[in-house]
Amino acid sequence: MLEQTVQYILSGLTIGSIYAIAAIGYNIIYNATGIINFAQGEFIMVGAMTAITLSAFLPLPLAILFAVIITALLGALIEICCIRWLDRPSVLRMIIITIGLSILIREAALHIWDEKVRSLRFFTGNEVSSVSVFGAHISPQVLWVLGICALIVVLLNVFFKYTLTGRSIRACSSDKMAASLCGINTRNMVTLSFMLSGAIGALAGCVISPITQTQYDCGTHLAIKGFAVAVFGGLGNSMAAVAAGLIVGLLETFSITVMPLAYTDAISIAILLLVLFFRPSGLFGNREAGRLKEF
Amino acid sequence: MKRYISILSLAAVVAVIQLGSTLCGREYYLTQLTMAAYYSLVAVGLCMLMGYAGQISLGHAAFFAIGGYTTAVLTTMNLQAHTSSRIVSLLVQCGLAKPGTDLYGVAQLSLSPWIALGGAGIITVVIAIIIGIPVLKLKGHYLAMATLGFGIIVYRITLGTGLFGQADGISGVPQFTIVPGIAIGGGFANKVINYYIAWVMVICGMLLLLNLIDSRVGRALKSIHGSEEAASAIGIHIPRYKLMVFIISALFASLAGVCLTHYNGGIGPSEAGVMKSVRYVAIVAVGGMANLWGTLIMSVLLNYLSLRGYFGSYDDAVFGAILIGIMLFAPDGIIKTIRTKVEARVKVKVRE
Repeated sequence: MLEQTVQYILSGLTIGSIYAIAAIGYNIIYNATGIINFAQGEFIMVGAMTAITLSAFLPLPLAILFAVIITALLGALIEICCIRWLDRPSVLRMIIITIGLSILIREAALHIWDEKVRSLRFFTGNEVSSVSVFGAHISPQVLWVLGICALIVVLLNVFFKYTLTGRSIRACSSDKMAASLCGINTRNMVTLSFMLSGAIGALAGCVISPITQTQYDCGTHLAIKGFAVAVFGGLGNSMAAVAAGLIVGLLETFSITVMPLAYTDAISIAILLLVLFFRPSGLFGNREAGRLKEF
Repeated sequence: MKRYISILSLAAVVAVIQLGSTLCGREYYLTQLTMAAYYSLVAVGLCMLMGYAGQISLGHAAFFAIGGYTTAVLTTMNLQAHTSSRIVSLLVQCGLAKPGTDLYGVAQLSLSPWIALGGAGIITVVIAIIIGIPVLKLKGHYLAMATLGFGIIVYRITLGTGLFGQADGISGVPQFTIVPGIAIGGGFANKVINYYIAWVMVICGMLLLLNLIDSRVGRALKSIHGSEEAASAIGIHIPRYKLMVFIISALFASLAGVCLTHYNGGIGPSEAGVMKSVRYVAIVAVGGMANLWGTLIMSVLLNYLSLRGYFGSYDDAVFGAILIGIMLFAPDGIIKTIRTKVEARVKVKVRE
């Protein structure tokens, strides 16, 4: 019984941390631009797919590195082509553009990588190797996922708090006008935030791929879960997203014990709807601050 | 007056297309035009919600599916085992349940599609109210995500529930006999009559919406779209108007779902998919948001091309590209953008 519970908790934490990373991807772009990037899930898919293709002839760490770089460049390309030159676009316009982008990327992936389900090889060991934690047997990849997600969160915090570039991005998010008066190139900061978001998504895609496997359309549901988590934690608040991600991951995993598997997806979306209806500022968000935000 | 002329010319075009295709012996084109008409019904309903009330819905395929699945479940249900029950015998007496045999000759007692239609309408309104009241309080990204979430939940339910046939959907839905001799259903003999049924519905729908836009309601909606604060300051009860339009557009989608399900003889979960909802949004965007005629024209055109398979395996990609292209370069829709460009050029020439 205990082993089973530990097993569920660990797998919940694993999915949850991926949701958290997706949510952080949303938050980075949202903070810099006020845009929700509906193509966030596609970054995860593209990252994993590129790494899988490259790993055929490159060592794994290099393949992942290049996948992260390529996805970051894709993020930059998207920003430069479709967002940078728009003059005060309305929210509706941005929603529709990013949805269109997500469809295009997904369809392009379908034509490049076809419909086959692929997966990256395990970072250490293989499908059958396992580590024992409190009597529960888990794949070492789970530890990789948890470790890398924790690392991303810590590094991001350091980046945003202590580096000049990170601080500039934060300055842009709090007041664009003031930031540009301080000599910050706000447009480049937006491009940078898209690149950062793409890179993080790609890395998340790579670590999760051996466990969940990757298909051309796997980004969509990760995107929705990621958004649910971002809203659950309070849009724009990355640390809250981590907590919210873990909660949603655990809820989802435990829901399998009481509900048919086909409905699991509906759980996080139902949470999303409930949060939106009753506490749109998020679980940890400030109600007053939430009211001031523009949507 | 002008709108009646437009409607009459639409009716004339519909008739000319039918005559033309019959004379050329290419009646098979009418099948796709019939289906495109039903999808257009969803699109014009969504146009009302998005363009005039300014509320995006990324879950409109869900209402289509709610209509379609309700009628599919009710009309394929076999009541033979319950003939002793009082309600069923009452239905038979009123002619609302018909005995018949299925494909394998097993005796079957099925509900009349009229009951299914009524049921679909009631269920749609109830769901639209339950979803609409909280959702329409949201704005921007939150509204988009909440409606998207609603769409996904409905999709998951159709995919995961045995009653709805899971991934197979429901097939074997009978014809919908409106009056003896006129029925919504497949079959080559019915092709022309079904084409007209579909287009009469579209024309009635357009008439209703055009009149609504020109009424007090329409003006209230325009003011809400312009500025919610200003609208409420002049005494417009915003939530009520938004909800009303939401229900109307849900009913349009649901009615289209009912009719298309009878026409195709079945429905599958892909009708509830996210991509379908996005497609309707794309069509409204191309049509020019607050432009019913533009939406109708673009909807018929795009749906027809898509249904005839002109886009091949790039079907979804085409709609994605359309969305981006329109929103980047012509956020007011193709027709309006071209018109403003032409007008600007004419003005320049006049000045010269």
